[in-house]
Amino acid sequence: MTEHLLSVRDLSVSFDTPDGTVSAVNGISLDLAKRDTLAIVGESGSGKTQLAFAMLGLLARNGRSEGSVRIEGQEILNLPEAKLNKVRAERVAMIFQDPMTSLNPYLKIGTQMAEVLQLHLGKSKRAAMEDAARMLDAVRIPDAKRRLGMYPHEFSGGMRQRIMIAMALLCRPALLIADEPTTALDVTVQAQIMELLTEVREEFGTAIILITHDLGIVAGSCERTMVMYGGRVMETGPTDKLFEAPSHPYTLGLLAAVPRLDIPQEDLLTIPGDPPDLLGLSGGCPFTPRCPLAHEPCPQRMPDLVSFDTDRKRACHAAREDVHR
Amino acid sequence: MTDVLLETRDLDVTFDIAKRGAMPWTRPDALQAVSKANLTVHRGETLGLVGESGSGKSTLARAIVGTVRPTGGRVLWKGRDITALKPAERRAHGRHVQMVFQDPLAALDPRMNVGQIIAEPLKTHRGDLDAKEQRRRVGEMMERVGLLPNLQNRYPHEFSGGQCQRIGIARALITEPELVICDEPVSALDVSVQAQVVNLLKGLQKDMGLSLMFIAHDLSVVRHISSRIDVLYLGRIVETGTAAEVTGAPKHPYTRALISSVPIPDPRLERTRHRPVLKGELPSPMDPPSGCVFRTRCPIARESCAEARPPLLEAAPGHCVACPFYEDAGAMGGAVSA
Repeated sequence: MTEHLLSVRDLSVSFDTPDGTVSAVNGISLDLAKRDTLAIVGESGSGKTQLAFAMLGLLARNGRSEGSVRIEGQEILNLPEAKLNKVRAERVAMIFQDPMTSLNPYLKIGTQMAEVLQLHLGKSKRAAMEDAARMLDAVRIPDAKRRLGMYPHEFSGGMRQRIMIAMALLCRPALLIADEPTTALDVTVQAQIMELLTEVREEFGTAIILITHDLGIVAGSCERTMVMYGGRVMETGPTDKLFEAPSHPYTLGLLAAVPRLDIPQEDLLTIPGDPPDLLGLSGGCPFTPRCPLAHEPCPQRMPDLVSFDTDRKRACHAAREDVHR
Repeated sequence: MTDVLLETRDLDVTFDIAKRGAMPWTRPDALQAVSKANLTVHRGETLGLVGESGSGKSTLARAIVGTVRPTGGRVLWKGRDITALKPAERRAHGRHVQMVFQDPLAALDPRMNVGQIIAEPLKTHRGDLDAKEQRRRVGEMMERVGLLPNLQNRYPHEFSGGQCQRIGIARALITEPELVICDEPVSALDVSVQAQVVNLLKGLQKDMGLSLMFIAHDLSVVRHISSRIDVLYLGRIVETGTAAEVTGAPKHPYTRALISSVPIPDPRLERTRHRPVLKGELPSPMDPPSGCVFRTRCPIARESCAEARPPLLEAAPGHCVACPFYEDAGAMGGAVSA
């Protein structure tokens, strides 16, 4: 067993709000090795983004995180800001859904990129600019030198996302967390960005955590998948197996609810009801109100995440044989 | 069934964009959002309109409902040109064509309760009905779209995204329109809720004999709900045909690339798929390429493509393509179903 790049143990995130405490993430554990690709799939309110934020110490002020997050052996949770900043750029980087809100509209692309290198690696402005140009080249932005002098609004959405990726990679982080990186983009551009992420992983050996709601993207790009609902892990395992034989009623429902381009369907199977309200969650399984297999223990007790089939895990009271189409 | 409900003939929509630092008398630039669009909606069918952002699909829809003024061409409703109607007549025509919008919460007035929101089109178009009858119809329509009628006094913010979209659908259907234009009706919703709304629309269409125009960038959803699909690129319709043919056997090089870019939730299939990734991005509609607008990104473009805009010609019965060289695109792959 090699040393884990990222190891999360019993991570919980909660927020104090005027209406009460909201628990966004509940006791999640995961491990990631070098070059791994993990998809975290879930709908709004599943806690997927807060999980990532907690891993980087980016929670909002009213947020609290408990448990342990280790990156290359170093504990991240509750680390002082100055030390956290070091880890954030040099070990882990994150890209977001809307690149326009992550770039400073007042600064030229080159200045923003060079700043990262000057601050973290102590490079001179000239050397930093050269590195920045090289990185833009690496993310297939043509005419990189000239682009350094342009402002974010002068680029299209796809180009901006490329710039974000280039910026995230400047310090050669070991882990890249991509939170819905293609949701705001058109499908043809989405295909380009996903291809770029695959190339990045091969070229720089970066491990990638992809946070998304789109099962199609997951199928094409990640080796392992973790399905979240209401702040808890429903099931996790290799993407192939998970898609072929989902072991949790939620995963099954999610797969059936997506229309497929290649197979005509008469009616889509739906998951009844709406995503959960995290404010009033009981101690039971959050999926209970929408679950076709819900029975007696479900509303009372959250099922444990149990291993099966060597490398898969599921958290469900229903028997595995009962989960099928 | 083959009754033509709506038809556009050579529809153009051009927006004037003021030049940077322009004087009031400087001639503005022209942005051609829709160019010579011909489309047909038959009674009871669903026409899907797909294209990427900037392809002009929403503008085309707006020109049809009349919220944007076409700069050329005609919109025919049962053979009658509605662009030439007097304003009062045009407004009255609105009850036949209604619209459902993308952001369900933003499309509802936060200060009106649900009953008022759904009744609003009735007040405009059916002033002859008394308040009691209006209320009865609102309740009936709410039930039809899967909302409890006793929620009439609630406000939009008390509902989830999926429920808000149901309210939007109820509002569109209350005037008993013959055509409903849905502009990205499910793209703001969660996957599990998306399917509920798609099934609802499909069911309502069958029950009420509606025609739908379904605009979306998600091809899988469009393919699922539509009988025919029109593909738009930079304001031009480049391919049209039955949903099964356009997605199963696409002919235009753009449609092929578009379809091959759609991810399929099947890991084994995804790995083996041949994927002609399109180079670059959409050119500026202020300055579209000459001739065929797709030629700058087209893998099979040749010199002659720059000369004239290729006409939309029939390649197979009911399947039209705006590319004279589409047969060469066969090597690109792109089809998904066996």
